[in-house]
Amino acid sequence: MWIKRFRPGDSATIAPSEITPEHVYLNRRQILAAGLAVGTAAIAPHSFAAGAQRKLEFARHERFSTNEPPTSYDDITTYNNFYEFGTDKSDPSDNSGAFKTTPWSVTIAGEAEITGTFALEDLLKPHALEERIYRMRCVEAWSMVIPWVGVPLGAVLKRFKPTSRAKYVAFKTVLRPQEMPGQRSRVLPWPYVEGLRIDEAMHPLTLLAVGLYGKTLPNQNGAPLRLVVPWKYGFKGIKSIVEIRFTEEQPPTTWNLLAPHEYGFYANVNPNVDHPRWSQARERHIGGGLFESRRPTLMFNGYEKEVASLYAGMDLRRFY
Amino acid sequence: MKPTTVRRLIKPALFIACLLPLLSVLWRVFGIGGARLGANPIEEIQDTFGLWGLRLLVVTLAITPLRDWLGAPWLTMLRRMLGLFAFAYVLLHFLTWLVLDQGLYWPGILEDIAKRPFITIGLIALLLLVPLAVTSTKGMMRRLGKRWQALHRLIYPIALLAVWHFYWQVKADIREPLCYAAIVGVLLAWRAWKAMRRRAARQENMSAVREASGDGLS
Repeated sequence: MWIKRFRPGDSATIAPSEITPEHVYLNRRQILAAGLAVGTAAIAPHSFAAGAQRKLEFARHERFSTNEPPTSYDDITTYNNFYEFGTDKSDPSDNSGAFKTTPWSVTIAGEAEITGTFALEDLLKPHALEERIYRMRCVEAWSMVIPWVGVPLGAVLKRFKPTSRAKYVAFKTVLRPQEMPGQRSRVLPWPYVEGLRIDEAMHPLTLLAVGLYGKTLPNQNGAPLRLVVPWKYGFKGIKSIVEIRFTEEQPPTTWNLLAPHEYGFYANVNPNVDHPRWSQARERHIGGGLFESRRPTLMFNGYEKEVASLYAGMDLRRFY
Repeated sequence: MKPTTVRRLIKPALFIACLLPLLSVLWRVFGIGGARLGANPIEEIQDTFGLWGLRLLVVTLAITPLRDWLGAPWLTMLRRMLGLFAFAYVLLHFLTWLVLDQGLYWPGILEDIAKRPFITIGLIALLLLVPLAVTSTKGMMRRLGKRWQALHRLIYPIALLAVWHFYWQVKADIREPLCYAAIVGVLLAWRAWKAMRRRAARQENMSAVREASGDGLS
């Protein structure tokens, strides 16, 4: 039973008019579903075929969900940074059609009692899927609200009994240049790698997502399995994960390797610490149209109450 | 090609071509024919204007070399219009940032100009373009005489600043700004090479004159 309702938006002012009543939200979904059905019939051969997404069974996790209206499915699935499919925002939805996500297996390795390679279904089987509506803040200073479906990462990790030497968790994206055209050019060092401190990984807000808007993830959003860490910049949310490794040392992370002065290991959303080339104080909210002004960015993306204690005593200017 | 052909056909055609990026933005703003600006319309408008401002700057800069390479003096008749379109797109790019993106939020705008080098150099490039646009008329050309050409050489640093401004905001994929840098590099290097040859020729001429008149080193 969730007694205390958690609203990440509380520290900002959200006008009651901004909150979508449930019937509108549901109605929107029905319209969306109908639209998708028609859409698939019309563009069946097209790879994008969002209608191919399978419906998921899940329960809404109210306490961890924001009341802000979710960004449209269309925007969430056509405006993506997933350089494996190209560097333009529209490239992932345009170029990810040939990417195969079944069958899928994930290797669990490193400092844990149980390691090995597991089918995705087996990895997820013991867990009930939850829907969590999270804010998403990109390091490029834009934001969305996304209804993810997934399982808490911590619950999954615990099953593998990490040892006392497991101080960090490292993640790796699949390497398939044949299916991922972006991996054929060396814009980033492939495969993409990310990492969290073990306490960040075990935090109840950290999610292993498998779905979006009640259905399995479209390829451009990181199918079939991706990380969601809502208080960190979006690039921490590694997509299409094939390996999870418990490590004693801080693992390398892709954007940090590329530009260490611009992208840190922590990458916590912080309006007071600017990117060297642009301000992080305000953000462009996707879906706001032409005349909405930028919104102030919230400390830890609005999840300060939940996560600030993880960084007590740390100089966040140094550990950006 | 006859000047009348250029004036009657090529120039109006080019005028319409230069309007197309603006029209494509307007089409998408009003959703004509289902055209859309995408999830981040302000960014899309700003990027479209900025990119076409840069492209037209490069095209303007290419006119003189192309004229020489192709032996087509009539190309010069298109240069003023191209330059003014470049200025217009750069100005629209700036106004999109100022009004739509920043929402005329002055503390943010001033901080960005002062603290973000890529914005600072973008603004400098725009400011340097203003005197060029103002002095682009025939009357001004006549009035400034020799100084007009010297003033309009500002296009060289402007083009470099514009490419730099583009390069500096890209996160990882620097291929596109590098393409523009290469083109601008070739266009400027050609001018430097030509200037050097001119100088050498002038010196040769002068010594030839001296020898002919037999006054040695005097």
